[in-house]
Amino acid sequence: MTRTTPLSVFALAIALAAGAAAPALADDATQVQITLKDHKFDPAEPTVPAGKPIVIQLANQDATPAEFESKELRVEKVVAGGGSIIVKVRALKPGRYRFFDDYHEATTQGFLVAQ
Amino acid sequence: MLGALIIVFREVIEAGIIVGIVMAVTQGVRGSRLTAGAGVAAGIVGASLVAAFAGALASALNGVGQELFNASILSLAVCMLAWHNIWMATHGRQLAAEARQLGQEVRSGARSLFALAVVVAVAVMREGSEIALFLYGLVAAGGTTANDLLVGSALGLAAGVAVSAVTYFGLVTIPPRRVFAVTTGLITFLAAGLAAQAANFLQQAGLATAMSDTAWDTSAILSDTSLFGRVLHTLIGYSDQPSVLQVVVYAATLAAIFALTKAFAPRTIARPPQTPLTQNG
Repeated sequence: MTRTTPLSVFALAIALAAGAAAPALADDATQVQITLKDHKFDPAEPTVPAGKPIVIQLANQDATPAEFESKELRVEKVVAGGGSIIVKVRALKPGRYRFFDDYHEATTQGFLVAQ
Repeated sequence: MLGALIIVFREVIEAGIIVGIVMAVTQGVRGSRLTAGAGVAAGIVGASLVAAFAGALASALNGVGQELFNASILSLAVCMLAWHNIWMATHGRQLAAEARQLGQEVRSGARSLFALAVVVAVAVMREGSEIALFLYGLVAAGGTTANDLLVGSALGLAAGVAVSAVTYFGLVTIPPRRVFAVTTGLITFLAAGLAAQAANFLQQAGLATAMSDTAWDTSAILSDTSLFGRVLHTLIGYSDQPSVLQVVVYAATLAAIFALTKAFAPRTIARPPQTPLTQNG
């Protein structure tokens, strides 16, 4: 009993998650494209409207992998060298939200500016 | 070199603390070292695979494969920790009461060991895949500094293992009669913290959109990227800017595991005289 219960709960959770994964991109989300090249974000300070969900498309043009991370945005996602990822961000209040490459935090950073 | 040391160290700490706790929890159970070792080995293999296929994983499932994968393995770890606690509540209490009989309980203990091996594997895989990617980046970048960075990484790994050892030796000095209460509490908080992380990945994937506001911001008081913050993050799931959903999931997991652990504890068995579950560190 105790053995199967957590496992079946887990299986159910996976099934739900997989089923819900289909409508991945919200239609009304603001799209932002950011390029990472020579360990620099471009644009480094993209501006987005406040109060709307955001989808960041990050293209890593460096050969090395990076980890796109932001504490304020609660995002943590690795991007392979030469790869690209999408990062979903909740609707934001106006403000500046710092993001960075976790592998080069001191030098590779930018701000998402919501206004 | 220092940069590499710090990056590897901070990734290793989290897995290291979990390994230390698991080893302390299973201390004295025959085969537990082998189990922890197998969990670490499986985690390293898993981490290498995750790192190697990071690109494919990121683009899977409409671009949220990475988040769902992380949420899934974290949920698995939460279930395994919950199961372990429930198992210990039903069987472990007798074991603790009958003191040094643990060695005799290998057969039944092995089932709970498996759950903890999964937890170790998940922890090592999660943190290890980031290290693997980082190291891969170093190698890909090449140049004369690569060796220097690899030395830094090795030192970071050693420091992380030391934290693991400190956790282990700290826990095994707890008097045997209190160990059950302490480890039950530790594992419950550990599980709640992992559940909150899983919730964050579901939010990041856009699957959970409710309660996405930041519940509090204590980053100015204790940043969860500081060493102490990170240790607390692993031990009790401390986060300096959690979402409301994370807080709710954390509290619900904590309550559910405590309730289940209590519900499954057989009441007819003569308990040792000291208080059982009120201890949480």
